Amino acid sequence: MLSSLTIAQAHDKLKRKEISCEELTQSCIDRIEHVDEKIHAVVYRNFGSALNKAKKIDSEGEFPHPLTGIPFLVKDTFSEKGIPTTACSNILRNKDYIPPFESTVTNRLKDVGAISMGKTNTDEFTMGGSTETSCYGSTHNPWNLSRTPGGSSGGSAAGTTSDQCLFALGTDTGGSIRQPAGFCNCTGLRCTYGRNSRYGVMSMASSLDTIGPLCKTVEDATLVLSVIAGKDPYDPTTSDVPVPDSSKILTQNIKGMRIGIAKEYFTEGMQTDVKNAVADAIRTFEELGASTEDISLPHTQYSVAAYYIICPCEVSSNMARYDGIRYGHTILRHGSLIDYYERVRSEGFGPEVKRRIMIGTYALSAGYFDAYYRQAQKVRTLIQRDFLEAFTKVDVILSPVSPNIAFPIGAHDGDPVAMYLEDVFLCSQPMAGIPALSIPCGFSSENMPIGLQIMGPQWGEEVILKTGHAYQQATDWHRKKPSL
Amino acid sequence: MSLVPDDIRHIAKLARLHISDKEVKRYTKELSSILTYVDKLKEVDTRNVEPTTQVTGLRNVFREDEVRPSDTAPEACIETSPLPIMDRQIQTPSAHG
Repeated sequence: MLSSLTIAQAHDKLKRKEISCEELTQSCIDRIEHVDEKIHAVVYRNFGSALNKAKKIDSEGEFPHPLTGIPFLVKDTFSEKGIPTTACSNILRNKDYIPPFESTVTNRLKDVGAISMGKTNTDEFTMGGSTETSCYGSTHNPWNLSRTPGGSSGGSAAGTTSDQCLFALGTDTGGSIRQPAGFCNCTGLRCTYGRNSRYGVMSMASSLDTIGPLCKTVEDATLVLSVIAGKDPYDPTTSDVPVPDSSKILTQNIKGMRIGIAKEYFTEGMQTDVKNAVADAIRTFEELGASTEDISLPHTQYSVAAYYIICPCEVSSNMARYDGIRYGHTILRHGSLIDYYERVRSEGFGPEVKRRIMIGTYALSAGYFDAYYRQAQKVRTLIQRDFLEAFTKVDVILSPVSPNIAFPIGAHDGDPVAMYLEDVFLCSQPMAGIPALSIPCGFSSENMPIGLQIMGPQWGEEVILKTGHAYQQATDWHRKKPSL
Repeated sequence: MSLVPDDIRHIAKLARLHISDKEVKRYTKELSSILTYVDKLKEVDTRNVEPTTQVTGLRNVFREDEVRPSDTAPEACIETSPLPIMDRQIQTPSAHG
């Protein structure tokens, strides 16, 4: 099955003319049509246009870039000109929002000839850790259909793992790339805040939102990053720090690398299989010539609480634009303008979005600002300092992605705090703006994937990708596929 | 931190959300549980700690004020509105009731 190739393998075959771009794209389409009824990763299919582009590339016969002719899927929050994009929310779905412009990153991918095939499922406006809050219903984990794929980029993770595409794009605000990558057995990269342009990607929490790839290997993530990264005049938070150099990532070994292990990431309630798999991974790194050191990140325990103040505050502001005037849902009968706003928003937004808007509105309201928002921002400073200090002693920090394997669909219904705590190891890195990689490192006794997180310093994508690549050269976990 | 139903009604009004009595009951419970959880932030000694608002270290980012071609027509932006369009303007409900 051609759709199971990695980007690097497919590029090689395309270049040698062993396969055509049309065959490769058709293979992904066949796979989506064959398995996605069960998984529900893809919420919009753009197959006609994808096949036309594939044929055009074949007729030109040139594959100058590793991503030329490579089919991919995009989370439903990335604007593509002329393609319905709804953030899996009824507020944009009911009158299919069709963006009149293109996001910078999809533009950059299309410029080198990558082929967009459709949109993947996400929690509504990326708010959630399971894809259950999507207006289209949950995605199912390819390893066990009764479990969630994680979220919010659950569609992108499940789609990549089940070979419906060669790679997918996702967003990570508080774990939304790393957690589903860990739950589904693919490679997910949260980049340094400011590494990739967010122009044309729907905002959730602007001081934390990042975008990144979900791939089959670290090598592929490196190839995608080299295209999407870099300064964009349309996103003033992007930096002109040099884009990571893939040749440095993919050739060097990790002998002498200093790996930090923080006790705060090995908590009591953690599943034994997860603990053991991560311990095995640490031994693998030692065998590869790295040294390990115990470190402490003392404010880790406050990261989820700080996140669930800062994020909802920014949500309450970002969601104000959905007012039924410029785009999206509308109602026929209404009174005043205020009545119109209230009813459009109440019908259009789902419960998790409403919860976050209300928490943020409350925390920012008169009399509560200092107690909540200001205090959370100060704790954010302390979390950032923890990492700055740790990275004076070590090059990377290893931890599990999640304390447990993927939970059953519906397990956290009516208990938002339990859902938030699924991201207990994933909220600190966004606070500090640092990059982190999620890669497969084993399976539980139920045959569910376990993820390993590799954190690096700000702008340290090269070192975490190099570490992840070395691990994937020595192990086979990332090659394991679910039977569907 | 525990909220009462009137708090929820007030917050909903500030947030431009119309919520039913059933939702008021639900959100009173759920928002109280979230606020109780985040109260643990109060344990942290943050005296003399500056708040972090963003992590890039960038400030005052400018770009050249040049006229550039756009492949998006102004009409295309207005067309995404669900409301009637008149003379390149969106016809909204009255702001005066």
